[in-house]
Amino acid sequence: MTTINFDKVLDARGLSCPLPIVKARQEIASLQPGQVLKVLATDRGSVKDFQGWAKTAKNILLVGQTTEMIDGKEVYVHYVQKVG
Amino acid sequence: MESLMGQITEATLDKESVPSSDSPARLAERLAAVEQKLADLEERLPEDRVSIVVFSGDLDKVLAAFIIATGAAALGQQVSMFFTFWGLNAVRRKKVTEGKPFFEKLMALMSPADTRDLPLSQMNFFGIGAKMLRAMMQRKQINSLEELIGLARELGVRLVACEMSRDVMGIKDEELIEGLELGGVATFLGDALKSRVTLFV
Repeated sequence: MTTINFDKVLDARGLSCPLPIVKARQEIASLQPGQVLKVLATDRGSVKDFQGWAKTAKNILLVGQTTEMIDGKEVYVHYVQKVG
Repeated sequence: MESLMGQITEATLDKESVPSSDSPARLAERLAAVEQKLADLEERLPEDRVSIVVFSGDLDKVLAAFIIATGAAALGQQVSMFFTFWGLNAVRRKKVTEGKPFFEKLMALMSPADTRDLPLSQMNFFGIGAKMLRAMMQRKQINSLEELIGLARELGVRLVACEMSRDVMGIKDEELIEGLELGGVATFLGDALKSRVTLFV
C-alpha cells in the first residue's frame, strides 16, 4: 500500500449524504493548488460520491481511496487534490 | 463496357471537381456562414447548472430536492430551485389568516405554516409518519430539512417563489422566508434552458 501525503484532514465521520461532499468542498476552498485533503467518512455512498465529484469538477483530482478500520468501524478515506 | 466505365469515371471526377471550382470569395463566404453557425451553437450550450421545480409540499419530496440541490452546489454547479403551488409550503415561516378572503383563509388554515409541519407523501397518518421519519433521520444523524435549507442558502442556491401560485393561494410575502426571489415561468425557463439537469419534484 502506498502512502499518500496530505496537507489537511477533514473528519466527516457520522455525516451522511450530501454532507461529506459539501464539507469537503468547503474545506478544499481554503487549500492551495496542489495541496491534498484527506477526508474520513463513514457514509458508504461517499465512495462513489467522491468519484462523481472528481469527474464533474475541473479543479479536483481524486488521488486515492482506501478503507481503514478506526475504533472498530469501517472508515472510507478519500484523498482529494486541488488543482489549477 | 469500356465506354461505360469511362463515363462513370468522368462523372465521378466531375462531381469531385465541384468544390475546387469555388472561387476564394465564395469559400470565404461559406467559412463565415459556418463560423456564425458555430457561434450560435456555442451560445446555446448548457452551462454547469441544475434547475429544480419543487411542486410538492411533502416532507420526503422536499428533502430529496434539497439533498440534490446542496449536493449539486457542492459539485460546483449553479443551482436554482423554483417553489410553486404546494412547494411554497416548504419556504413558509408563519401562518397569516387575518384580512384574507374566505377561501384563502381556509387554505392558510389547512396548509402547514412551517417546514416542521410538512406531511409525508405516504404513510403520513395525520403527521405521526412525518414525526417518525424525522426521529429515524435524527437517530441516523442525517441532516434535517431545516439544516439542508440553511446549507442550500449558504452554498448560494437560488431560491425562487412562483409569484402566480403565491397569489392564487393567497400566501402573503410575510408568510414566506426572507431572501426568497419572486419570479415566473420565464425565470425558471431562463435557468432551465441553460441547465444540464432539470428536475420536477
